[in-house]
Amino acid sequence: MTDAALTSAAVAPPVETPFRRFASDFFANKVAAVALVIIVILALLAIFAPWVTPQNPYDLTQISIFDNMLKPGAKSMEGKTFWLGTDEQGRDMFSAMIYGLRMSLFVSAVATSIAVLVGVSLGVTAAYFGGRVDSIIMRIVDLQLSFPAILIALILLAALGKGVDKVILALMLVQWAYYARTVRGNALVERRREYIEAAQCLALPRYRIIFRHLLPNCLPPLIVIATVQVAHAISLEATLSFLGVGVPITEPSLGLLISNGYKYILSGKYWVSVFPGLMLLLTILSINLVGDHLRDLLNPRLKA
Amino acid sequence: MLAYILRRAGQSVFVVLTMAALVFVSVFAIGNPIDILLAPDADQIEREAAIVRLGLDKPMWEQFGVFLWNMLHGDLGRSFVHGSDAVHLILGRLPATLELAIVALVMAALIGVPLGIVAGLNSDSWIGRSVMTGSIIGFSLPNFWFGIMMILFFAVELQWLPSGGRGPTGTLFGLEFSLLNPAGWPNLVMPAMTLAIYKVSLVIRLAYAGTREAMLQDYVRFARAKGLSRSRIVGVHVLKNILIPIVTVLGLELGSMIAFAVVTETVFAWPGMGKLLIDSIARLDRPVIVAYLMIVVGMFALINLIVDILYSVLDPRVRITETAG
Repeated sequence: MTDAALTSAAVAPPVETPFRRFASDFFANKVAAVALVIIVILALLAIFAPWVTPQNPYDLTQISIFDNMLKPGAKSMEGKTFWLGTDEQGRDMFSAMIYGLRMSLFVSAVATSIAVLVGVSLGVTAAYFGGRVDSIIMRIVDLQLSFPAILIALILLAALGKGVDKVILALMLVQWAYYARTVRGNALVERRREYIEAAQCLALPRYRIIFRHLLPNCLPPLIVIATVQVAHAISLEATLSFLGVGVPITEPSLGLLISNGYKYILSGKYWVSVFPGLMLLLTILSINLVGDHLRDLLNPRLKA
Repeated sequence: MLAYILRRAGQSVFVVLTMAALVFVSVFAIGNPIDILLAPDADQIEREAAIVRLGLDKPMWEQFGVFLWNMLHGDLGRSFVHGSDAVHLILGRLPATLELAIVALVMAALIGVPLGIVAGLNSDSWIGRSVMTGSIIGFSLPNFWFGIMMILFFAVELQWLPSGGRGPTGTLFGLEFSLLNPAGWPNLVMPAMTLAIYKVSLVIRLAYAGTREAMLQDYVRFARAKGLSRSRIVGVHVLKNILIPIVTVLGLELGSMIAFAVVTETVFAWPGMGKLLIDSIARLDRPVIVAYLMIVVGMFALINLIVDILYSVLDPRVRITETAG
């Protein structure tokens, strides 16, 4: 290598890896970039809720019933200002919302992660083994996808009862089939590629072929679906909590906060339902905008 | 064709049977019906008498057989709360829900198709982009919150529309419909719009993608070469071609609208079967929950069957590949 080549390499921009190229493509879209930043901020707020909120809405020593249903911007008995008002128990709406967001995000993220694991494993298994295993798994997937998620979740929770763990179970059960179907579709294509044949010729164990060779190549379309499904899960959890079969009243999510505010809507006390709803909308919208852009980026047909 | 319909109908029967088994297991195996049916202070003799009377001493498969047999005869038990036949109770609420779902479906098509076509024709200008961004907002709006905001705005602030309830109805064949009585229309607007908003976004996306694809086809180029006006090309040729997938999807969505009506009916106190389901869940009225479930499952199986058959009539390729495969 000559000296000239060395100097030009030193001033050249960092090596273009696939990830860097993808990141720069992603941030080229301003709307999606802003949405991603909002998601990060919301996630940080939720994670650090105890440190960023003015009060702990579940600590009875910190709230006073005399401060109930205060208008946004009103002052408490002790002179604190409630910028977003208070609810029926005198809780600061802003604090309650951040804690509600924490619950909503936690439930949806856990449910989606488990659903991805279950769906991906079953989908890859179905595609790799084919035959009877495939048809049994896919029949269950078809059966489940022919009914709307809300109905399945509603019935499950009606049978199981309330509880955070039960909501996670229900959200997981309504989601896995999407991943199973998507992964199976990709895996069926990838299975016939030469690298799988090569791995089989090397007599690698089956689990190694499935998990180290087949699976990583089926993942990109899954990223889009998982992103959109997190948004769905958040919305579904809020809906279930609104209907009274979701999280318990002691650990309210955004949906349950809106449900509490619903009682006061006819008397014009808007803040108890409007603000948590806006936060819910902002969360779901940001995730959907990111998912929408990811879909455009990862769809090879649109690249031309 | 007949072979296809028969095989497809067989699949539907299988789906209904599977769901019946699941419902049976979840209601009769997870919960103990005796605890729900009898008063908590019932003594041992009363309990045993009830167990024999309900056939709970029989083996599981025999109980399931009895459950299926009764189901075929339209008997899914009596409501604990209302004391009347659960199936009749739900079917009595069906017209209200169906009316809401169908009005919402029509609204979704009437709003979504024009917006989607306009966006598809101007996909590079600000019109197309803002319609498509709007559709993402429509996808993201939590349904129940949108309903509450509509109440806050149109019923509480502006006082233009009633906040809930069904209002006056007209009667046709002994069934009540809000559409038949203009005085009942204001009650229908907000619930139907709330139910429609998600589907509006869906229709916009379908119409957008369809229009963009159709405008590149040879028949559009040919129609242009023939000197047809732009409005005729779009209004007749493009519209006809993009409507097929939209009609199919909307037909399939009718089922999900009936399911989602649960939420809308709860927000607007609309007396349909979804509100009945939520009330029954709150009061642990199991026979009504089971009956609702089986009726909705049956309805879904039927809708899917009809859409598939219609689709095979519209597009023979479906039928041929199904038979060949």
